[in-house]
Amino acid sequence: MSTDVSADRIPIKLRAEALEQLLVERGLVDPNVMDSFIKTYEKDVGPLNGAKVVAKAWTDPEFKARLLENGTTAVAELGFKGPQGEHIVVVENTDTVHNVVVCTLCSCYPWPLLGLPPTWYKDPAYRARVVKEPRTVLAEMGLTLPESTEITVWDSSSEVRFFVLPQRPAASEGMSEEDLVAIVSRDSMVGVAAVGA
Amino acid sequence: MTGIQVASGVADLGGAEGWGVAPVLDPAEPVFKEEWEGRAFALSLLSMRISGTNLDAFRHAMNRLDSEHYFDDGYYGRWLYGAENLLMDSDIIAPGAVDARAANMTGGQVDEPAAPEPHKPDYAPTAGGSIRAIEAPQRFRVGQQVRAKVMQAPGHTRLQKYTQGHVGVVAIVEPAQVLPDTHAHFIAENAQWVYTVSFDSTELFGPAAERFTLNTDLYEDYMEEAS
Repeated sequence: MSTDVSADRIPIKLRAEALEQLLVERGLVDPNVMDSFIKTYEKDVGPLNGAKVVAKAWTDPEFKARLLENGTTAVAELGFKGPQGEHIVVVENTDTVHNVVVCTLCSCYPWPLLGLPPTWYKDPAYRARVVKEPRTVLAEMGLTLPESTEITVWDSSSEVRFFVLPQRPAASEGMSEEDLVAIVSRDSMVGVAAVGA
Repeated sequence: MTGIQVASGVADLGGAEGWGVAPVLDPAEPVFKEEWEGRAFALSLLSMRISGTNLDAFRHAMNRLDSEHYFDDGYYGRWLYGAENLLMDSDIIAPGAVDARAANMTGGQVDEPAAPEPHKPDYAPTAGGSIRAIEAPQRFRVGQQVRAKVMQAPGHTRLQKYTQGHVGVVAIVEPAQVLPDTHAHFIAENAQWVYTVSFDSTELFGPAAERFTLNTDLYEDYMEEAS
């Protein structure tokens, strides 16, 4: 395979600095804009957003119905929209069906709800294998599902972004929406973990 | 057009063997593990703007990396190499400019190539994002059996190898979207309906496969009737 970049590799950290310097000195890039992009995804847009969606769906049946009917407009009610969230489809885990999301071609992920994807989601082994042997992969990642649970894998190949509504743990009965937010893990909203109370 | 590679490039990993055990979850992982990752992330987003390209072109700019550049510096490494490709495609930076600057930043004394005259693609999106309102009727309906075409033309695509030639059932009609295959090369937006199609795992991987359902999105151009 051919490539346009130099085969004589230099450390990637230095490469990033060199490119930034080249673009900044020509006025093509403003370092303050770079800082704001970085800060947005470090501080503001992350899995807490998704956890709020899940906790609301668990406590508000009408919201849950809207969320499953039209994920994009339902999450926008909570203010969540933006890049990589043009069209959001929410899929619900139940006693009989377990959903898990992947992007085999790159790492498409619902940024407005979950932020930038974690390392495991971008791992070639996950991308290669979860579409071929999901039950085995999930077990290796710590989620062993009953044989009776049907698995649906969602491979994100268009600009549709899939988001998993995990099952509410029985032990969370009586918890407030606010307290529920704290127990919803990022990984449960991609479908590789269950929510523990 | 520059840098077009065959459709089944390095990035098309679905169903590939030899990648070893599944990764370990790390709930405490920072968004950017090292500072340069954040810089590469921001530079990549800005590079799409200043090169006058688009997200599909950026994805293709990564897909045409060799496996060393795609994998060895991780996710943000491939973003950075992809961004460099876009910037070179549009003649914003000269080939070798980053290497020369890096050498000079670490005590070298090498001549840096002059900045070229920019040549951005002759292209302007008809709207923001990828979703478009279109007049064309939907060619397929929910519940219909369809086959993912076998497509091996050069250039960008989002049709994975592992679905090609296989039969599934339309599960959801999704919004119409620009076609990555032409959008990545600034040929046309070619907005068209997209369908989430359900495949049985044994249809994709044979009778001995684990039993599950695989749902993925197919653009109308990727599909044909199966009956």
